[in-house]
Amino acid sequence: MVAQNIFFGIMAAIMIWAALRVVTTKNVVHAALWLVIVLAGVAGQFLLLGAEFVGVTQILVYIGAVVVLFLFGIMLTRASMGEDENVNLPNRIVPATVGVLLFGLMAFATIDYWRDAELPKDGSPTTVEAVSDSIFSDFIVPFEATSVLLLAALIGAIVVARKE
Amino acid sequence: MLLVQFLLLSAVLFCIGVYGVLARRNGVMVLMSIELILNAVNINFVAFGAFNGTVTGEVFALFVIAIAAAEVGVGLAIVLLIFRNKRSVDLSDVDLMKG
Repeated sequence: MVAQNIFFGIMAAIMIWAALRVVTTKNVVHAALWLVIVLAGVAGQFLLLGAEFVGVTQILVYIGAVVVLFLFGIMLTRASMGEDENVNLPNRIVPATVGVLLFGLMAFATIDYWRDAELPKDGSPTTVEAVSDSIFSDFIVPFEATSVLLLAALIGAIVVARKE
Repeated sequence: MLLVQFLLLSAVLFCIGVYGVLARRNGVMVLMSIELILNAVNINFVAFGAFNGTVTGEVFALFVIAIAAAEVGVGLAIVLLIFRNKRSVDLSDVDLMKG
């Protein structure tokens, strides 16, 4: 238990620092690379929670595909590879206030209600078998809807981005 | 492990993402902030799934991952189209419908 909490703390600190760098760095490419650290940290948290399949999917889909897509987007929009002064709004006090107030509200609500809730100590990792059984029995309709959505997004992205 | 530590981590990531969406002017960077928000939601799903001892949270996290991939594909296509028409991805320049 102690080892898990230490692991959680180290990973959470790295993730929060990397997430802050994602939204504050002036270099677009660096923002994408900091995002990789946050996404890898999220995958680590999934493993810590015993969700092995979701953790591996997170690495495959996010780090493998989404970040590459971001780097292609940066390349195709010809962002400067160095620091760019025009990526932030000139006045960032309002967004910062909104973020801090929102966090205060959420932290108060969650701590107030879930203060003593402990995760099950004997929780074994969920198997891929259990996840697939659930998808293909209880959630078959949302699953099929997701596949149609992915196809629609694929065709939509090609139609939108294609040259006339 | 307490449940609340995962919920607080998720809240921090969510609020950093909200700050990024509001404070960034570059379209690609706004999309990155949206990814932060979606990942915060996923941590919540999986944490509550582990708390309740069911796989439902994980299944919904997988759906969110699939939809996030679709969202980023379409979003980057739109940003690319904005760049092609305006020669910039600065969202402050996208004011065609401003009265």
